[in-house]
Amino acid sequence: MNAKKNRLRRTMMFLSAQRPSLMKDAYIYRPDSVMFDLEDAVAENQKDSARFSLYHTLRAVDYGAVERVVRINGLDTPHWREDVRVCVAGGADAIRIAKCECAQDVRTVEAAVEEAEREFGRTPGETLLMGALESPRGVLNALEICTASERLFGIAISGGDFRKCMQTAYRPGGIEMLAARGHILLAARAAGVQCFDTVFTDLDDMEGFRAEVLQNKEMGFDGKSIISPRQIRVVHEIFAPTEKEIRQAERIVRAIRENADKGVGVFTLDGKMLDIAFLPGAERTLALARASGLYEGELQP
Amino acid sequence: MINAIGRDIPDELLANGREVFRGNNHRDGREYVRPGPRVRAHVRPQESKVVESIREAIVRCGLRDGMTVSFHHHFRDGDYIVNSVMKEIEALGIRGITIAASSLGSAHDPIAQMIEDGVVTGLQTSGIRGRMGEAVSAGKLRTPAILRSHGGRVRAIEEGELHIDVAFIGAPSCDEYGNARGKGGKSDCGVLSYAMADARYADKVVVITDALVPFPNFPPSIEAVDVDCVVVVDAIGDPAKIASQALRMTQDPRDLMMAEACARVMAATPWFRDGYSFQTGAGGPSLAVNRFLEPLMVERGITMRWAIGGISRPTVDLLNKGLIHTVVDAQDFDIAAVNSVHEHPRHFEISTSQYANPMNKGAFVNKLDFVILAALEIDTDFNVNVVTGSDGILRGAPGGHPDAAAGAKCTIIVTPLVRGRMPTVCERVVTVTTPGESVDVLVTDYGIAVNPARQDISAALEAARIPTTTIGALKDRAYAIVGTPDPLEFEDRVVAIMEARDGTLLDVVRQIKPLQQPGGSN
Amino acid sequence: MEILRPAVAGSLESSDVQVTVEPEREGISIDISSSVMRQYGRQIRNVVAETLERLEVRSARVTLVDKGALDCTIRARVECAVFRSSGRTEGIPWGGAVRE
Repeated sequence: MNAKKNRLRRTMMFLSAQRPSLMKDAYIYRPDSVMFDLEDAVAENQKDSARFSLYHTLRAVDYGAVERVVRINGLDTPHWREDVRVCVAGGADAIRIAKCECAQDVRTVEAAVEEAEREFGRTPGETLLMGALESPRGVLNALEICTASERLFGIAISGGDFRKCMQTAYRPGGIEMLAARGHILLAARAAGVQCFDTVFTDLDDMEGFRAEVLQNKEMGFDGKSIISPRQIRVVHEIFAPTEKEIRQAERIVRAIRENADKGVGVFTLDGKMLDIAFLPGAERTLALARASGLYEGELQP
Repeated sequence: MINAIGRDIPDELLANGREVFRGNNHRDGREYVRPGPRVRAHVRPQESKVVESIREAIVRCGLRDGMTVSFHHHFRDGDYIVNSVMKEIEALGIRGITIAASSLGSAHDPIAQMIEDGVVTGLQTSGIRGRMGEAVSAGKLRTPAILRSHGGRVRAIEEGELHIDVAFIGAPSCDEYGNARGKGGKSDCGVLSYAMADARYADKVVVITDALVPFPNFPPSIEAVDVDCVVVVDAIGDPAKIASQALRMTQDPRDLMMAEACARVMAATPWFRDGYSFQTGAGGPSLAVNRFLEPLMVERGITMRWAIGGISRPTVDLLNKGLIHTVVDAQDFDIAAVNSVHEHPRHFEISTSQYANPMNKGAFVNKLDFVILAALEIDTDFNVNVVTGSDGILRGAPGGHPDAAAGAKCTIIVTPLVRGRMPTVCERVVTVTTPGESVDVLVTDYGIAVNPARQDISAALEAARIPTTTIGALKDRAYAIVGTPDPLEFEDRVVAIMEARDGTLLDVVRQIKPLQQPGGSN
Repeated sequence: MEILRPAVAGSLESSDVQVTVEPEREGISIDISSSVMRQYGRQIRNVVAETLERLEVRSARVTLVDKGALDCTIRARVECAVFRSSGRTEGIPWGGAVRE
């Protein structure tokens, strides 16, 4: 399995692949991932141009630790195959499948990715996938989508199209998305992949944004799609674990590892029963803490 | 002769006691006699000094070929005074004029033609922009332009280096005797700080206003005892360009990120304590620093004792919230600042000499804790250029930059690492306007560098866990992104002299070679 | 590749460059106007010439209006204009003739 599959992805920042001024150094804002967009942000007659600038950005600009995801055009367009080729040739870390409706969509893209990896001599399996669920059908098929490919690291809900399908609009508090968010979270957790919430488009309403991100965290999302560097800090602050959570996670990781060394599988810590199943959660807390600049301890996942 | 910052100053410029720059404090303790103007007494009681027109004022003042006239730039890009006075001077057939302005901008494009025609043969100013900048860079001015900081200009006047024959002072309100104020008319600019030295040291003083108000127009910025005549015109400027409705706070994420880093750097130093003092420039990231200071001040329970400089809304807001005790003001950039000065009991107008003159008995800038400033370029010796574009053409103004930088305990330059394809952090700036000795910290979007001379600041940032890098590493990073620039090509001829604030020669600007398409066809 | 018809790529936004390619009877001519001509005119010309050579363009008239684009953007816009002029939008030789 690709080791990067479960990396930290609190923020995934959209950038038009047609805009050199944005792509040349968006890494300075330190989102966890950027999402170069070949789809909605690029006019129909500029798809070819966006691919050239995407290719050179992927090859020439060092994004360092920032993950580079590319949103390709939908499978119902003439563009997506060339999109896949340029992503793989350029060495994108992952491809986001727009308007993903079912497991077959994932497998279709996966086949194209495999072919491109062969064509461009890339390591088989290195290009990860994620699905963007934008319709009621996509949301209802979340579980089969999540389990369709070993390459798929997660799913995201895309609110714009989804709300239209549902004949509703953004509401503070998110009642219009409650069922969908809950459903895709259940599917992602059941399949063991990550789950991301949709963008919040009103850049002037930072309070509304903060409230939505807080709800995302409480519901169990791994991260959020964002549209501006100004949104990064809010997400990272809210997703940062508390000091108490960090100390507890550190103790759990230590205790489980020490007991494992002694061959003990189940034991108690502060009167609570612990076993190996608690390890991933505690390790995740430490990874979040490290990324938030709150933990500099020696424990590594 | 090579000066203290490695710039080659042609020996022929070192006449009449002029020296090369030898460091910020080289002239400390020097004694000199302030010159007096030649004054014609107004003994006989007279009701009014109002004359018919600008032309009549020029004639009455005896202006003739080869003289020096002065202007101020409180009306910024909305100024009508320079062009209307110069038009009359030209119409009277007077030639060989030196314009000594506190600054000039793109509003003054028509002067470029007067330079070509020989009506104007000398320029002494802080800023040259637009067509005038191009004309001077192309060698059209007969004598090298002299570029000075705001403090340096007052020094030149008060030391006798710059003698003004006739000062033309645009005033938003004035009475028939010449008491002039920055407010009270239809084109308010708030203060007249830059014109105060002109009024006191020029032989003849003309006030031009579009709002004649009843005597006495008190308290005046320019006193009637210094004024020879008053001219009333339809408009002294375009009010919309004199004071912006509202200087919009930048929403650019890059600017905000850098502004926040500046505030964090400030907060990490020992001077960020109750009673600190602060100046910031009017550029996007500099101005935005105010917004990040507020929560830090509230969190620590401290207030600012005084703020200085060009003033705009963010400073006024902090004053009104009680987070600043006193504002001292030498220029107003927006309506909020114009409205506040003289009205808020702790918002005061000061002269430019009080603000920044290095050769008086101690200017405000000498007591500054922090200043945040921008740069067109900064090199690996921390020398800053704010006057020439990276294409070598004059397009900026040192303004108060060198003054505040020299005075403040902690001078922070904030700038993006690259602009478009131009590296801001570079090997060697085109022109030095502020010597690296004055610059302590550089904040960019790619990292923070501290001047190695300031180990105390490095230690403070380290203690606050603010990561830093070196300015050399930032320069390398910039060049890695945009490529190493080809050197500019200049002629030998000097077109402008960059004076240090103490009057020594900091740098020269040479004539730029005409641009040619390299290579032609392949 | 052969320049069959005039084609344009890129924009006049900051950090971008607008590239126009047109058929030319013989040889290559490159005309550049740039806000950073004095410092980078030579390098821009080299990048354009290299890119055309890699694409095996033997004759063309190329015009650039540059707003401070980085080399990678200049390459992308030149390539896009050339492929547009020859009518190709798919099966692009990524990593072959199209590379850094």
